Amino acid sequence: MKENKQRLLVAALENGTVIDHIPSDQLFTVVHLLKLDKLETKITIGNNLVSSKLGKKGIIKLANKFFDSDEINKISIVAPHIRLNIIRNYEVVEKREVDMPNQLLGIVKCANPKCITNNEPMTTNFHVIDKEKCTIKCHYCEKEQTKEDFTIIE
Amino acid sequence: MDNRSLVSLAQHSKEKLLYLLDMAKRFEENPNRRLLENKVVATLFFEPSTRTRLSFETAANRLSARIIGFTDPKSSSSAKGETLKDTITMVANYADIIVMRHHLEGAARYAAEISPVPIVNAGDGANQHPSQTMLDLYSIQKTQGTLENLNITLVGDLKYGRTVHSLLTAMRHFNPNFRFISPEELKMPNEYKVFCRQQGIPFEESTVFNERVIADTDILYITRVQSERFTDMLEYERVKNAYTLHNSMLEGTRPNMRILHPLPRVNEISYDVDNNPKAYYFEQAKNGLYAREAILCDVLGITIEDIDNYERK
Repeated sequence: MKENKQRLLVAALENGTVIDHIPSDQLFTVVHLLKLDKLETKITIGNNLVSSKLGKKGIIKLANKFFDSDEINKISIVAPHIRLNIIRNYEVVEKREVDMPNQLLGIVKCANPKCITNNEPMTTNFHVIDKEKCTIKCHYCEKEQTKEDFTIIE
Repeated sequence: MDNRSLVSLAQHSKEKLLYLLDMAKRFEENPNRRLLENKVVATLFFEPSTRTRLSFETAANRLSARIIGFTDPKSSSSAKGETLKDTITMVANYADIIVMRHHLEGAARYAAEISPVPIVNAGDGANQHPSQTMLDLYSIQKTQGTLENLNITLVGDLKYGRTVHSLLTAMRHFNPNFRFISPEELKMPNEYKVFCRQQGIPFEESTVFNERVIADTDILYITRVQSERFTDMLEYERVKNAYTLHNSMLEGTRPNMRILHPLPRVNEISYDVDNNPKAYYFEQAKNGLYAREAILCDVLGITIEDIDNYERK
């Protein structure tokens, strides 16, 4: 009975999107990247939940919110293996995985301090070189960088 | 913005490179052509570079353009905190072409995106310097009669040397054979070796610089080993002398072999080499004028046909 109650609390989504399998340490980055703090609809966020795949995971449930690919794909740079469940009328009608886009606009800060993007009020632009290794190349200074080098723009 | 800017030579096909070299040859035959009459060329040097600026300004003058610009960033508005975007947008109101040198990497590409007039990159930090590479290619083609199948030895600072990286990238079209000679601290970065392997370009690496390693070389491209790259000054002193070319080393080299250097030279080429007919670095610098005349014309959409037609008039 107790377990049922818990489940009900987070499962009752009539229409919307569930973002599942978010690495726990990236949950709030995902919130930031998707600008969920600006969203007016109901949001349920769970973190540090038990996951057989990740050990710990985060989950976000969004009522009446559906993402287009461009919007959602950008979170792949921090959470490449998330799962999207699209819910309509309490039913999962679609499961989707994110695909890293070929270009990242205004998401990542260049690791090169001598890059023009770090010295001029402008939008950063990266080309994704290797989706598996998460290698990206700055459109401007042409420096290749990996996940360890770059940071997400605040 | 879509215009004919020259930011990097990586954007150009083999055909386009050969076309620009052909155009440069026209300017060597006759550098004084009034093709840019009534045009204004802006030279914006956010970082000083006397050599490159003089070469571009001479090219513009010989094409009868007029020149505006600044040579000292301290006297320009960027010292007052103006953004690059504002400077470029303002100058584009006055000039037909903007030639710019900037200390920040990627500055030229950004300028090309926002500028309604073509941008010519005269060097953006450690990133690109396409007009230098054009004059290097022109010098190689002129002295060897071809760009194909050459043995090219690169000596000195291969780690930070922007000119050797650009040259290596541009030569990918011409089936070269590379030898990289540098001290351990200044070896060719891995990404360029990966690039060579991907392109099927053979290369050897060595830390020894002597008669033997240059015996089968067609082009000996020497760069400056800068003291500021070293943390240990004793190490610098040792390296500096080990990578100096002396006239005595040239005896067994190929008759067609030529020595190139982007200049300024400090002590990596001994002065006794200067009178050797294989020393080509000063003529190489002169070729920069023809290469830059071609670049200025090309970004404005002037073709070889236009140049030939003009000649007939």
